[in-house]
Amino acid sequence: MILPPEAPPAIELRGIDKRFGAVHACRTVDLRVEAGTIHGIVGENGAGKSTLMAIMHGFYQADAGEILVRGQPAAIRGSRDAIRLGIDMVHQHFMLVERLTVLENVLLGAEGGARLAPGAARARAELARLGDAYGLRVDPQARIEDLSVGAQQRVEILKALHRGAQILILDEPTGVLTPQEADDLFRVLRALRTQGCTVLLITHKLREIMAVTDRVSVMRAGQMVAHRDTAATSAAELGELMIGRRLLPPPPRSAPQPGPALLEARGLVVRDAAGVERVRGIDLALRGGEVLGIIGLAGNGQGELLETLAGMRAPDAGEIRLRGRAVFPGRDFNAAALRRLGLGHVPEDRLRSGLLSRASAADTAILGYQGDPAYRGRLGLLSPGRIAGHGARLMRGHDVRPPDPTLRAGLLSGGNQQKLILAREIERDPSVLLVGQPTRGVDIGGIDAIHRRLLACRAAGKAVLVVSVELDEILALADRILVMFDGRVVGELPAAEATEGRLGLLMAGIGPERASAAPVPA
Amino acid sequence: MSGAPAAALPHWVDLALLPLLNLLLALAITAGLMLLTGNDPVVALTALAMGSLGSADAVGYTLYYATDMAFAGLAVAVAFQGGLFNIGAEGQAVLAGIGVALAALHGEALPAALLLPLAVLAGAACGAAYAAVPGWLQARRGSHIVITTIMFNFLAASLLVYLVVNVLIAPGSMSPETRRFAAAADLPSLSALGFPSSAPVNLALPLALLAAGAVWLLVWRTPWGYALRVAGESAEVARYAGIDQARMTVLVMALSGALASGVAVNELLGAQHRLLLGFTGGYGFTGIAVALMGRNHPAGVLLAALLFGALTQGGAELAFEAPDVPTEIVVLIQGLVILLTGALGNMLRPALLRALRRRGG
Repeated sequence: MILPPEAPPAIELRGIDKRFGAVHACRTVDLRVEAGTIHGIVGENGAGKSTLMAIMHGFYQADAGEILVRGQPAAIRGSRDAIRLGIDMVHQHFMLVERLTVLENVLLGAEGGARLAPGAARARAELARLGDAYGLRVDPQARIEDLSVGAQQRVEILKALHRGAQILILDEPTGVLTPQEADDLFRVLRALRTQGCTVLLITHKLREIMAVTDRVSVMRAGQMVAHRDTAATSAAELGELMIGRRLLPPPPRSAPQPGPALLEARGLVVRDAAGVERVRGIDLALRGGEVLGIIGLAGNGQGELLETLAGMRAPDAGEIRLRGRAVFPGRDFNAAALRRLGLGHVPEDRLRSGLLSRASAADTAILGYQGDPAYRGRLGLLSPGRIAGHGARLMRGHDVRPPDPTLRAGLLSGGNQQKLILAREIERDPSVLLVGQPTRGVDIGGIDAIHRRLLACRAAGKAVLVVSVELDEILALADRILVMFDGRVVGELPAAEATEGRLGLLMAGIGPERASAAPVPA
Repeated sequence: MSGAPAAALPHWVDLALLPLLNLLLALAITAGLMLLTGNDPVVALTALAMGSLGSADAVGYTLYYATDMAFAGLAVAVAFQGGLFNIGAEGQAVLAGIGVALAALHGEALPAALLLPLAVLAGAACGAAYAAVPGWLQARRGSHIVITTIMFNFLAASLLVYLVVNVLIAPGSMSPETRRFAAAADLPSLSALGFPSSAPVNLALPLALLAAGAVWLLVWRTPWGYALRVAGESAEVARYAGIDQARMTVLVMALSGALASGVAVNELLGAQHRLLLGFTGGYGFTGIAVALMGRNHPAGVLLAALLFGALTQGGAELAFEAPDVPTEIVVLIQGLVILLTGALGNMLRPALLRALRRRGG
């Protein structure tokens, strides 16, 4: 069903405005999404993209403005209304019941009567049809928890299509996918467009916008700043529109000058609470003056490896040496002890482990170093003045905005939280710096600043370990790259030999022999 | 991404106005209920106020009760700051009482200057040890502290009955209590401050104030207290910071138990001068409400303790002054205060926020 060009737009927003207290999330936003197109929306974190989508999906109501669906004014007061109008959303974090099967998840909310069997039979037939039409094949009897992330995403899309979605909103859909899985997703999206569906793609990855969309709208600080035909724009132009200024060229990298190994691990084995081996015999040596990148899809043991190297959990087997000193096996193996030996650690999940979201930024800025006499005043008691002074200095020196040490750390934006944590760890002048997901949830301007900091640490002769799921990031930072899959290092590449294609195949667990032989996808 | 930032109220509204409004609302509801049951709320509430604050004697009693509430409230609040819900202050106070009594009974030959500190320390040690056990069980064995501390209350109560009835009972006595402690173990009363000698308020009151100050310094002004608050906010963050959580759990519980021992000091050394059954009077449980209302902050705990002390004392007077008002009315007020400040603490918040915003423009 290809709609004639004079058909009304699938969705039109006129003057949508939304405030949350003091935050003006959307400022009189206009948007026109033509039917049967793939329309991208880009913007930095906090630009208002997600709020806008939530308004279209009925999760929030706009304070002002109107929504037209296929030319008709529509009142969307909840996801029920949205679904009735054929608008459905695939969230960044999947809304699937892990213990249920694919079929059961698809049926959820669309059971079609008190008895399950007839609806299930219809859904099964529908799944088969959709699978053929769009290349969305998933075993309906498989449990969600057994599926790969890419397959789970296909289930989300199937769920939406089964409910009759004509307009599909995808929020950062590729964040959890390998490059190959992302390519599969784009094939599905193109097939949906061919069948007359309209796709709204929210992302901050410009490469994807360029690869798959027909039109693209750019948001900045709650406003729509530009609409472009994808064919008539470039990633560079979009990037500048997003951040409102020229992008700096990627920081130059001098040739690595590896010094002595500062952090060594041999035969590391880490089991989780259930006794499953998450890290299965890893050796690594991290040298001063180099950045070692560890890449892998989320959940392949990198998180556990990082926590172990940082002293947050004890390995079940193996040895760790820090600056030549055996710290494991050893009696005093914990995060505080390793910090004292000159190890800095920026955790993967800053909200969960790296900061005190309810305490002030200044209090967060001494986390892990609270015993330092520098923060004490009279009688050896903690001095709020000194702590605030230290916080203010750190925030000014690392451009944390707003530079107010009394502000609750949880109220800082993601990028500024990360800058604060990085500042705290770097300021201690550690010999070894472990960084997990340096720029997760950080906007473009912030990414640049953080990357420069890390490269400055490398230039200063520190040993830097970066664990990331972002290929671009690893390629931009690392001198050497380890690829982890299923708890093992399945490949080690010097930066010069690493390409997205090779890394992607290794990340998917396809052996190095085949990885080097396989053609490199574009 | 763009979430709604939590609407923040000014500090003074949060800490003073909101609790006050909640208290007034509780009193208003009580008054309404009294009207419905055919009683005169003005008479009853006047009796309540006069009975708790109307004379030096009444204030002396109010402060005496408030001392118990303050110690119990501090005990619960410290544990809360460390992320632990200590329901066992009652049992810890009982064990502390046993410690206090054993020291007082066995150290009769000592002068007051030695015997009093000894008895206080013995009580604190017993309370701390008794609280540390559930702490250890949670830290090392994963037994949930709420369950274990509740159960430990029963164990403590049974132990007290056994000891008092079978072992420590005064020879020839028919009532289940020990002989009177030596006079050297009497905490001085505060008659020097103008309270009549009939009022049981004693030196335990300044001790409670001192304890509150010490708790504040310890929790908010030392690295250890910082670690305690980190552990209380998030186990994950504590792990990241390298804080030994097992050790922290045991220590926080021990501190909490030591604070709960103040109830035993106030009751046994300050007022009863002997060990007897039921001397803890449920203060260990009221302490939970006190901590809740006081926002787990020492200053708040002291204010809440004063309120609950006044309600307790005023309630007793109410029974004399207005005999046809059911005595349960005080329990009702306490219940409503707890409900409104604790469970429904945020009920008035949105309305207040709107009102302030309108005024601010």
